[in-house]
Amino acid sequence: MVEELLVAAPPPPEPRWVRRFDTYDRSLHILLMVSFLGLAFTGLPLLFSERAWAARLSRAVGGFQVAGFLHRAFAVCMLLTFGLHLARLLKRIFGDREYGILWGPKSMVPRLEDLKQLIGHVKWFVGNGPRPDFDRFTYWEKFDYWAVFWGMGIIGGSGLILWFPKFWARFLPGDLFNVALLVHGEEALLATVFIFTVHFFNGHLRPEKFPMDTVIFTGVLPLEEVRHERPAEYARLVEEGGLERIAAPAPDPEILWRGRIVGTTAVLLGLLLVTLTLYALLT
Amino acid sequence: MRMRFGGVLAALLLTVAPLRAANASAPKPPANDDCLTCHEDPSAKRANGSSVFVDRKVFGDSIHGTAGAACVDCHVDLAKTTDFPHPDTLAKPDCSSCHAQEVADYGKSVHAASRAKSPTGKAAWCVDCHGAHDIKPSTDPASRTNHFNLPATCMRCHGDPKIFPRASGTGGSEPVSFRDSIHGKALEKSGLKIAPNCATCHGTHEIRSPKSDPLSTVARARVPATCGSCHSKILDEYATSIHGEQLAKGNPKVPVCSDCHTAHAIASASDARRLAILEQCGGCHERQLKTYRDTYHGQVSAMGFSRVATCADCHTAHAIHPAGDPRSSVAAANRVATCQKCHPGVGASFAKYDPHADTRDRGRNSLLWATSLFMKILLVGVFGFFGIHTVLWFPRSVKARRDAGVKKNGGA
Repeated sequence: MVEELLVAAPPPPEPRWVRRFDTYDRSLHILLMVSFLGLAFTGLPLLFSERAWAARLSRAVGGFQVAGFLHRAFAVCMLLTFGLHLARLLKRIFGDREYGILWGPKSMVPRLEDLKQLIGHVKWFVGNGPRPDFDRFTYWEKFDYWAVFWGMGIIGGSGLILWFPKFWARFLPGDLFNVALLVHGEEALLATVFIFTVHFFNGHLRPEKFPMDTVIFTGVLPLEEVRHERPAEYARLVEEGGLERIAAPAPDPEILWRGRIVGTTAVLLGLLLVTLTLYALLT
Repeated sequence: MRMRFGGVLAALLLTVAPLRAANASAPKPPANDDCLTCHEDPSAKRANGSSVFVDRKVFGDSIHGTAGAACVDCHVDLAKTTDFPHPDTLAKPDCSSCHAQEVADYGKSVHAASRAKSPTGKAAWCVDCHGAHDIKPSTDPASRTNHFNLPATCMRCHGDPKIFPRASGTGGSEPVSFRDSIHGKALEKSGLKIAPNCATCHGTHEIRSPKSDPLSTVARARVPATCGSCHSKILDEYATSIHGEQLAKGNPKVPVCSDCHTAHAIASASDARRLAILEQCGGCHERQLKTYRDTYHGQVSAMGFSRVATCADCHTAHAIHPAGDPRSSVAAANRVATCQKCHPGVGASFAKYDPHADTRDRGRNSLLWATSLFMKILLVGVFGFFGIHTVLWFPRSVKARRDAGVKKNGGA
């Protein structure tokens, strides 16, 4: 009887998976995570140097000189990551002639559409309209992306000035070091608190994604999720017939688990730092 | 003070009156051997059981013994006594009959004042430091008042927590901190005769209270001169510095030697001292400490690491002058050389870095002020926007998850 029923029932629909990030981009995200956390752990103690945890953290890594060395090492790693990303952009534009990444729905470049979707999204928050039809990159994802460019210029630039003061003093007036130190610290505060709160919430911790969105580690996500969360992209893919091109097998359970462990660790470390930071700022 | 002098004078008259040489008809005073007939017996006791034993050899070896002094030279009230054994209680010997200057100096001391205030108290008088029958000259290595032995002598009282409660702790305790200080180690470990002992700073007989007596050698205003009696080059620097000049003008707030170096726990400029100096200077120079804390120097030192510049590294320890004074280490003309002490090879532009930059001081550095304002607006703007964004999104996201769950369950 039971067997009959089982045979009669239609086979469950096989979940279809599609690729969102390739190995190159996922690797860069890992490098960015590691270097960002490394920079935060070796840099934030200076910003809150009068707190007991700052001294403890600095001693834990072997003293301020070791922390300084590690900070520069992580900085090199981050600059390298940024350089690898820029190199790839240049290749895609000039080598592959993928002009779509410069403008349009597949581009990170902000458009008027993003502003409209921001307004529509806020209206949806308050129950005053439908959820906007997001495309491949939402406005908050674009903000995260360009924030890295801004941070790389401001924090990276000021960091390089502070790293080689004797060299820069040959060209720049000395009081610019005061400005460099100020923006390095304030921007670092902006970047760390932003990533450890807003980015974590938007990307991972908000209830729809909680505890985390594994797409950045596995590179793939269920097609159903694209259809639901990025209807414009889904429609475009259906129309262009690109679904077959990005179809992918379900993620390897081992990679999925590895991604979860790495991601959860990073989130916990970030939350620890942001807790210490906010506690220091608010008390 | 005057009353006490009267008392001393009265005691003096009473005891000096029956000097044996002055009265030929008086009975012959007992010779030392006469006294020792009884006092040489180790078991000789007063009615209350306390010993009256006097060791012939100990007295013979003492400065008084070798000088041929008689027992009755000090115990003057026995010079005319014929009735032996004499009463248990004798007048206290009066050292001033020979050592007038020393006793007069002692009369001005905090020890004498305490003793006068509380006659039953234990404040030190002659025998407490010098001993009684065994007194040796301070040149004698065995003397209680020998240069190397004096700290132990003072600490018999000043190291006793029953007399001085704070002597029990290690922090403010003079005996412990002096012995661990560079002075104490030089004296007791290195055996340097030029190392100071208690008396070098506090005086010998005329030890005055630094708290209540401005004439004390260690009263605040006189500390630099006292330390400068050995550290004379440092005193030269300090006396011409802004602090020294202000002290001479009577400004009580300026630091003297002991404020930075402490009174007893004096250490050389160790790492711990280099960090502690920040709070010392910052106690008055609050704004400078605050702006210093905004710099890398200040951040690293705040975490307890000392391999960065602290106050004295740039301003010098003793020859501190206002930055506008050409003698100052941070005067415009001297700044490059000062930076080069730690940053070899740097030039004039590097030295324009402001180690006390203040982001709120528009006049001092307008670019820094404007940058700081921009950063504040940026931070408030970004977190304000995304704060509201997140707060609004959260409940909607909860609902979206619930709806998706319902749909999933309903479809299954």
